[in-house]
This record gives sequence, C-alpha cells and structure tokens, in this order.
Amino acid sequence: MQAPLPRSYTNFIGRKFFLFLLTIQGIGAFALITLGVMVRKMRSARSVTMPLALQEVSRSGVRLFPMFVFISLVLGLVVIGETVSWASKVGATQFLGPVMVLVVVREVGPMVTALLALSRSGTSNVIELGTARALGEVEALEALGIDPVHYLVVPRVMGMAIGIFSLAVYFIIGSLVSGYLWAFLQNVPLRPGDYFQQLAQSLTTLDFVVLALKSALFGVAIAVITCYHGLAQPLRLDEISRATVRAVAQSVIACVVIDALFIILYLAV
Amino acid sequence: MDKPPNNPEPPVIEMTDVTVGTLRDLQSLVLEGVNWTVHKGDFWAIGGMHGSGKSDLLYMTAGLTPPQAGCYRLFGFEMPIFEGELLKERLRIGLVFDDGHLFHNLTVRENIALPFRYHKHDDWRELEERVSALLDLTELRQYGNVTAVNLGRNLQKRAGLARALALQPEVLLLDNPVAGVDLREINWWMNLLNQLSTGKGFMEGRPVTIVVTAEDLRPWRQRASHFAFLQDKRFTGVGGARELEHHTESLVRELLAEATTKV
Repeated sequence: MQAPLPRSYTNFIGRKFFLFLLTIQGIGAFALITLGVMVRKMRSARSVTMPLALQEVSRSGVRLFPMFVFISLVLGLVVIGETVSWASKVGATQFLGPVMVLVVVREVGPMVTALLALSRSGTSNVIELGTARALGEVEALEALGIDPVHYLVVPRVMGMAIGIFSLAVYFIIGSLVSGYLWAFLQNVPLRPGDYFQQLAQSLTTLDFVVLALKSALFGVAIAVITCYHGLAQPLRLDEISRATVRAVAQSVIACVVIDALFIILYLAV
Repeated sequence: MDKPPNNPEPPVIEMTDVTVGTLRDLQSLVLEGVNWTVHKGDFWAIGGMHGSGKSDLLYMTAGLTPPQAGCYRLFGFEMPIFEGELLKERLRIGLVFDDGHLFHNLTVRENIALPFRYHKHDDWRELEERVSALLDLTELRQYGNVTAVNLGRNLQKRAGLARALALQPEVLLLDNPVAGVDLREINWWMNLLNQLSTGKGFMEGRPVTIVVTAEDLRPWRQRASHFAFLQDKRFTGVGGARELEHHTESLVRELLAEATTKV
C-alpha cells in the first residue's frame, strides 16, 4: 500500500487547482463583459474607438510585418524546404500539397503567428494597461464617464483579431513560397506549377474558414487575457512584471487549447 | 419665475450616514457615518492629515466607488451611477486628481479633448473652441502638443483641471490642488477657482460649486465658504471662516499651522 501524499502537497495542489478555476472564472467573466460592451456600445463614441482599433491593427499587424516576412522565410527553410527536399528523395512529391496544408495552413502558420504577436503586442498590452492602472488613469477614465473596457479593451480585441488573422495569411503565403524557393535552390525536381497545383487541390473551403476563425480567436484570446491581467485588478508598478508573466503563460495555454479544439473539429468533419 | 416652496432645488450633494471604502479595497473603511450636504454655489474646503480619507471621500463623491453604507444623492439622484441614462447626471460633477492622473501617452490637447470627443462625438468646431478656451484658461497653450508624461507636476495639475472642465461640470471636486506647489502657483489656483466659483470667464456666468481637500487650510481660509475636517474615520463640519478661526479642535489648529502635535 502506498503512503498518502503529505498534507502540505495536497494543500498545495488544491490551492493551485482552485486558483486555476478562479482565473478561468475571472477571464471568462471579463470576456463576457467585453463582449457585452462591444455589442451595447457598438455605435457609441466611434470617433474615439475606431482610430484606437486601427492603431491596434497597425501595432499588432502592420508593424510586425517585417519581422513576419523574415520568420516566414526562415520557417520556409527549416520546415518546408526540408520536407520538400526529403519528399522528393523518397519519391513522395505527390504528398507535398496535403503535407504543406496540414502543417503550415492548419497548424504552424496560425500558431506561430499568435505566439509572435503575443510576444510583441500581448506583452505590451499588459505593461501599458498595468501602468495605466497603477498610475490611476483608469480611475481618471471612470471619473470622466468613459467606460475603460470600451476605451481600452474593445479596440485591442478588435485590432488583435484582425491583425493576427492578416499576419497569419501573409505568414502562410510567405512560408509556402519561400519553402519552394529553398527547395528550388536544392535542385529538387518539382516545377512551381505542380507544387502550387497540389497546394490548391489540398485546400478546402473548411481550411479557409478555420484559418480565419482560429487566427481571429487567437487574437481575441490573447487580447482578453492580456487586458484582463493589466486592467481587471488594481496593480502597483512593481506588480506589472509578474502580471505580464502570468498573462503570457495563460495566453499560450489558451492558444493551445483553442488549437486542440479545432483539431477535434477537423477530425469530426 | 421662482420655484414653488414645496419643491425646492435638491442639494447638489447629500450624504446620510455614508460609509466610505478605499479605492483599492472597498471593504477597508476610511470614513463612517458621513452626513454632509452641499448646496449649489458652495465652496467647501475639507482638511485632514495624510491618510485620513480625503481622496477616497472625493472618489466616492465623484461616483468612482459606491458608498459602503448609507445614502448618497447627487442632484437628487441616488448614487452610485456608473452608466446608462443617468450617467449624464453624474457628468455634472468633475474631479481633479491630486497629481492630474493624465493619460500619459496623450498630449495635453488630446487629454483635454478626450471627454468631449467621447460624449459629444463629432462636433469638431465646438471641440476645437472648447479645448482652445481651456488651454487659455489654464495657460497651457504652449504645452498643447506636449505629451503628458513630459509635463512638470504643476502643469500636470493644471491640465487635470482643464480636462475636468471639458464637460463644463456644475460641481468641481479638487483633491489637494495646491499641495507641493510654490506660492506663485498657489496664487494662480486661488484666482482661477475664485473665477470659477463666481461664474466669471470660462463658465459664462454659471457659478461652479467647489469642494477642495487640503492638508493645509491656510490658503483656503479666506476663499472657502464652508469648512470640514476628517479625523478618526469621522467627517466633522466646522462651519464658515469665522467658525474655523475660533474652532478649538487641535487638528483644526494644526491644519491652520497654529499648533503641532508630537508624534
């Protein structure tokens, strides 16, 4: 018979588990509040919120574009170039299209995009909002009758959803093209026409729909979680770094969970 | 035409047995049993030592936090009001924070314009006129395009005042407006608040009801019409300037720098 775990261990696990549940509850409530504000105040103060949303698209999308071009080239080399080269050696070039769609379009593209956007824009969300919170700017907004969720969170959610979706599309295109370029440089006997025809045949409507939904959902999840940690509770300046670490870890977990749910959806369809 | 005597104008601020919590933790109480009535046109100065609950009282009065007990009515409407149709009633009150609490990434002009843009939307001409008038009023025109974070403390306070006035409130709450500023700046604040309370200049003849908090009541003894102090979680009304001068409470003498208590 095994000895029971010491009480302190079970307490520790129990505390962590309840903390985890409370975090999910908090983030869920914050997401619902954000959704409610988004719907209720859709037409309110658009001259203030729309420029902020565009600014967020620029920050989470346009300004990250050069970095994404570079990383898509590298990913093309590392993953796709290698796969194309290997598949041609074993005479399996007819499977390149499905493999590329499976790996790049469905999985790696949206996930890498989300994680990179998290590292650049998500972290700055927590720091900016945490600083605003610590410096009393959120109270200043409330004193002026400005809903902090409407002014600070909704534009970020919209901007990150659009930004990450757009970047994922460019990232996938960049990776697929650069992958072929690397394969071409390795003298793989595959004509561009054949390569792109295989890709086109392997892509289904579901892939486009899921790509859009998944990348937009990644954006929403990252924005909600990072804004929650920056805004939803009173912070002191010295607490911002810890809040940022928590937000990044939870955003990664959320993205993985969303990705897993979409895999289940694919398998079901 | 005079209003009928059986329907007098309600007090601007009316608190009955109100309990005030801190902004960071509402359950942590800083004031209890507050009974306070402010009428239109009053000029209140509330004194108290650091940590006595002055800021939290103003935050609750401005509607940032709900009263933890008791009844608080603003213009006859029960508070708290956070949003909805009654929000416009709450916007009749403006709050100037201790250190301005400006939005650090916006310029002074953008800070002042934000409440007007958010609530009044697209009236660009009126927006431009009002922002210009406020920059002139607070003598910040040359700093209009400076980011808030690059302003000095004195100017941040002025910009905070300009932003609070953007929606032309009828009541202005000022948290320690002259703390830590030089005598020239104190004089500037006194003159401007005098203008506002008499309705001159920017307010176009409409007097503003003013409530200030202070750790030093000396600058206010000739300006304010009503005084109160906070001590041991209690709000105590003093009366007018005459009562203040003759009040025997040791804290009041300290707030007038006429006595000190050893700690």
